Amino acid sequence: MNLTLKVWRQSGPNATGRIETYEAKEIPSEASFLEMLDIVNTGIIKEGGDPIHFDHDCREGICGSCSLAINGVPHSKESGITTCQVHMRKFREGETIWIEPFRARAFPVIKDLMVDRSAFDRIIAAGGYIDVRTGSAPEANSIPIGKEDADEAFDAATCIGCGACVAACKNASAMLFVGAKAAHLNILPQGHPEKDKRVLALVRQMDAEGFGNCTNHYECEAVCPKEISADVISKLNRDYAAAIVREAVAE
Amino acid sequence: MIKKPQMNALGKTLLLFWNSSIGKKLVVAITGLMLVGFLLGHMTGNLLIFQGREDLNDYAEFLHHMLHGWGIWIARLGILGAFFLHIVATVSLVQQNRASRDSRYACDTTVQAPVSSRIMIWTGLTVIAFVVFHIFHFTVRLDPDLAAMKDPGNPERHDVYGMVIAGFQNPLVVIFYILAISFLCSHLSHGIGSIFQTLGLRTEKTRVAIRNLSVAISVLLWVGFLSIPILVVTGGLKDKTDSASHSSERPGPSALAEN
Repeated sequence: MNLTLKVWRQSGPNATGRIETYEAKEIPSEASFLEMLDIVNTGIIKEGGDPIHFDHDCREGICGSCSLAINGVPHSKESGITTCQVHMRKFREGETIWIEPFRARAFPVIKDLMVDRSAFDRIIAAGGYIDVRTGSAPEANSIPIGKEDADEAFDAATCIGCGACVAACKNASAMLFVGAKAAHLNILPQGHPEKDKRVLALVRQMDAEGFGNCTNHYECEAVCPKEISADVISKLNRDYAAAIVREAVAE
Repeated sequence: MIKKPQMNALGKTLLLFWNSSIGKKLVVAITGLMLVGFLLGHMTGNLLIFQGREDLNDYAEFLHHMLHGWGIWIARLGILGAFFLHIVATVSLVQQNRASRDSRYACDTTVQAPVSSRIMIWTGLTVIAFVVFHIFHFTVRLDPDLAAMKDPGNPERHDVYGMVIAGFQNPLVVIFYILAISFLCSHLSHGIGSIFQTLGLRTEKTRVAIRNLSVAISVLLWVGFLSIPILVVTGGLKDKTDSASHSSERPGPSALAEN
């Protein structure tokens, strides 16, 4: 396949970025999107240029490292997959593909297509955990959990923290991510005792990081590689309202 | 040593609430819910115009005299308060949102957000302009001709029925009214669903019902509010003071059908 790439190049965090055009020639249709970039980068390196920087790690859709907005859509318009799972056969011969970094004030560009998503780590550090000594894995049936609760918590727990929800949101809101993390722990009996403390801490850290507010467009759930539903945002709103009332009463 | 005034627990909570993203959105949702309730009541009252002059004017008189005339001011202050808070919270949220997404995609794509959700600020701003116009038009009555209209059956009271029909004789007024109500209903088709989401009532089980309810209320309000100017313009609703000899008889169903 022969393709034209419009790629965001930015030499550093404070540099001004711009779109540059590259010709991607003789790309096998069975190559993944990242392999296509590897091929293009090999060509750039051979010509003595600076290769296009992008994040990647497992390349099998589970680590959450890869990012990229492909034709304006995080992880491409293919639903339920990450960028590393996108194959070039999904594009047309001769197509022009726009490749940009995830855009959000809270995700500053490090270089080219790499962005700093450590704001997510700070949100998790603020409340995305339970305060118990876990030790070794407990016997599976020692704490019974209803099937519906287990399913709901597991659906939320599939979040890989890639940040596509933020990148797709016109307000760069992290509500789907935070909603998933809160739901994952709040639904389970192990996480329930610290539910209020957790929700308040997560939301306050999210606001402090400069993420925007949810305007219920649900673009986040459309691009989420794990197809997490915006229902977790509704649950987060409910849990937050209850938590702030209980916090006020307790004071 | 001067003691600094300490904020009490309630004040501190309210400030924390207002300064949080979800808190401010809850303000938008609750005030939005109040405004939707007002719109449904306002539309129902307006539709009394189809019952005839006496019923509509009776209703207007009731509104002005309930709770010894205090009722309407309590309602007005409540509605204006909700309207004001809705706008202040929204403008603040929009400013934060624009700051949060400080760079745009060169290839800007929308996957599933409907148009109504993407033009909320513009439909909202049109509604503000309309509300200002509407209050001066039909509540303050800047036009002395509209202000002077008296009910032919009871010259002591204002003739709301005649005022509405006279008010919609101006095609520019009708066009602005149709445009503003259409924008309002677009605003609501996204807004009503958002109220449920922000209040945390949207779940897998209620998702479809909430979307249908949003559309149904928006369409109901659109048809209800617009039926009046459209029937006035097309001649379906007429001020018959000249021909009907001011009788206090209510127009029966046959008269309505005739209209």
